[in-house]
Amino acid sequence: MNLPIEQTNPQNWYLVLSTILFSIGVMGVLMRRNALIILMCIELMLNSVNLLLVSFSAYAGNTEGQVFVFFIMVVAAAEVAVGLALLVSIYRNIGTTDIDILSKLKW
Amino acid sequence: MDNFLALTKLITPASLVALFPLLGFFVTSLFGKSLKHASGWIASGMILLSFVCSLFLFLNLPTGASLNFNLLEWMKWGNITLSFGILIDPLSLVMLLVITGIGFLIHLYSIGYMHHDEGFSRFFAYLNLFIFFMLILVLGNSYLVMFIGWEGVGLCSYLLIGFWFKNDAYNDAAKKAFIMNRIGDLGFLLGMFFMLFYFGGLDFLTVNEAIKAYPINNIIIVAVTLLLFVGAMGKSAQIPLYTWLPDAMAGPTPVSALIHAATMVTAGIYMICRSNLLFAMAPHTLDVVMWVGVATSIFAAIIGIKQNDIKKVLAYSTVSQLGLMFAALGMGAFESGMFHVVTHAFFKALLFLGAGSVIHAMSGEQDIRNMGGLSKYVKVTWATFLIATLAISGIFPFAGFFSKDEILAAAFNSHKEVWLLLSISSMITGFYMFRLFFLTFYTDFRGTEDQKKHLHESPWTMTLPLAVLAIFAGIAGFWGMPAVFGQTHLFSTYLSPVFEESKSILGAQHQADHSTEWLLMGVATLAALISIALAYHFYVKSKLVPEPDSETKGFAKWVANKFYINELYDIVIVKPMMVISDILFVLIDKLVVDLVVMATAWIVGFTGRTLRLVQTGNAGFYLFAMVIGMMILMFIQLVY
Repeated sequence: MNLPIEQTNPQNWYLVLSTILFSIGVMGVLMRRNALIILMCIELMLNSVNLLLVSFSAYAGNTEGQVFVFFIMVVAAAEVAVGLALLVSIYRNIGTTDIDILSKLKW
Repeated sequence: MDNFLALTKLITPASLVALFPLLGFFVTSLFGKSLKHASGWIASGMILLSFVCSLFLFLNLPTGASLNFNLLEWMKWGNITLSFGILIDPLSLVMLLVITGIGFLIHLYSIGYMHHDEGFSRFFAYLNLFIFFMLILVLGNSYLVMFIGWEGVGLCSYLLIGFWFKNDAYNDAAKKAFIMNRIGDLGFLLGMFFMLFYFGGLDFLTVNEAIKAYPINNIIIVAVTLLLFVGAMGKSAQIPLYTWLPDAMAGPTPVSALIHAATMVTAGIYMICRSNLLFAMAPHTLDVVMWVGVATSIFAAIIGIKQNDIKKVLAYSTVSQLGLMFAALGMGAFESGMFHVVTHAFFKALLFLGAGSVIHAMSGEQDIRNMGGLSKYVKVTWATFLIATLAISGIFPFAGFFSKDEILAAAFNSHKEVWLLLSISSMITGFYMFRLFFLTFYTDFRGTEDQKKHLHESPWTMTLPLAVLAIFAGIAGFWGMPAVFGQTHLFSTYLSPVFEESKSILGAQHQADHSTEWLLMGVATLAALISIALAYHFYVKSKLVPEPDSETKGFAKWVANKFYINELYDIVIVKPMMVISDILFVLIDKLVVDLVVMATAWIVGFTGRTLRLVQTGNAGFYLFAMVIGMMILMFIQLVY
């Protein structure tokens, strides 16, 4: 029985890799103050999840996971477009993207 | 088969007849601002189209046939189906012609009468809507469809009585009319529930079939008919629900002519004629109808003697004439009642329009004590008013003579005491109508100099309808020539298919021989002439002018104040209602409702004030909280 090329590696590797990527993303979101980097870390988290979905889809021989990935990509693209636009606009108006300074919106 | 073909051709005009006024309503209400005075002509044109449709139906409906079809199935549950359908038969055709014909003339009149009013387009929108609902009322093939029209005309009546809504008194009159009508409507509604429950349907065919299984004077049929009659009482202003009609004179005069004289108030009579089989099966109810009619007729006529507002006199005379019609229905003389509806529509609309023309000439003055001698200034109005007054007093050969005589003859043949009372009532009618006529048009002018300078005849849009109506008030009676004149009674022959079955239930009426009938006519005419002579003696020869309100004494004061019925209702019904509402306001509204509402508001406010502190504005904190929250959720997911 010939395994597809993806399945030659143990699935655990993919799990570990995606967990590491996700954790880096979470830590980035929590630690960094620059909104641009936070946005990038969110992208990282999304892509770690994509990786997980693709690997599960391959091992289970089910294409649903891959379809999901496309949806996530589309949503992520839209989100990045809006998020970056907001950031550019904020930067032009205030001159910074530090989230500690951007705290006017409150009670 | 030929009949069938002829009938299918009528479906389109029958469906269209009511749609023209609706179209007119939409156009005049939506584009009224930009159309300005054109909206009056558009609205009138729509009614004219309706009239043409009605005339087409009238000419093409085969003799003895009726057209009954459903436009759509409306509701269905169990074995009960309620559908929206149209019924064209001689009875509805007569009403159609009256409504659209007189409606058109009154629309035309309104163009002149309302010319200076800022609500010109709004007025015509309401009028068109009214005609639409009135046509629905008449065309419906079930009580439900009739009820839609019934409520609709009530609404339009409310809108038009309160047309000058900046005046509080007018608004009160509008509300009074609406609320009084609601009391009647409740009776109608309950009657419909009964019919639905016991007869399994609301369309006239189903009901008429279903009641054949019941014996005469069965308690259910008596209850249903009594409830329907309560509805008719409200709409047609009978004792005890009549007080709204005189107050309804707050509306513009064309409205009084169209709604509160010619069409809407006769809806009750139409409804009873439409349910003639039902009523014929309940002679007990017919007795009630008759006595209420007789009482109203006499009572309102007496009040009419002492009224000094030109429109109030006409209002009470309308109430009195409606009573006369109900008395006719109560005696089983359905076609005589309908005949009087038609002739009354002509001469009473004419009287109101004439009164409107007088008010127009007098720059808004309505008190006949300040008029007098107007015959020199407003010739057309004077002549047409004279014809209408002769017609309502029952002078040969004007319309009122024939229809009134028919009702009186029917009364003489069945109930002699009713004949006596109705004769007295019509004698009083003759007196107060000529009192009004003489005080308005004869002796010397009693108004101010300003008014005198301003006196003028109305424009042609107003006098033309007067002239046309005058012709009909003059000749409409010949439709119903009694047998003694050697003619067939065209009107009752035309309507006979509708009343055939109920006539056979009620049994043949005892017919008086011709010499008795001649005698009756002679007595009626003599009585009318005496009352006219009396009025002439008092108000032209002796030049009496009714005294100011403050100087009225004794019985006259009671009459002038309408027997204090309004005050009585106020004490017995309105005041206790107010007290109860006040008590409920303090107990329920203040103590319970307010407490609950205020407490809810306070809790929400407190929670909001406390929780808003969480919103620090620091995005890092939010992100941190979000991650922690997700971790907690995942932890819960893992553990459980």
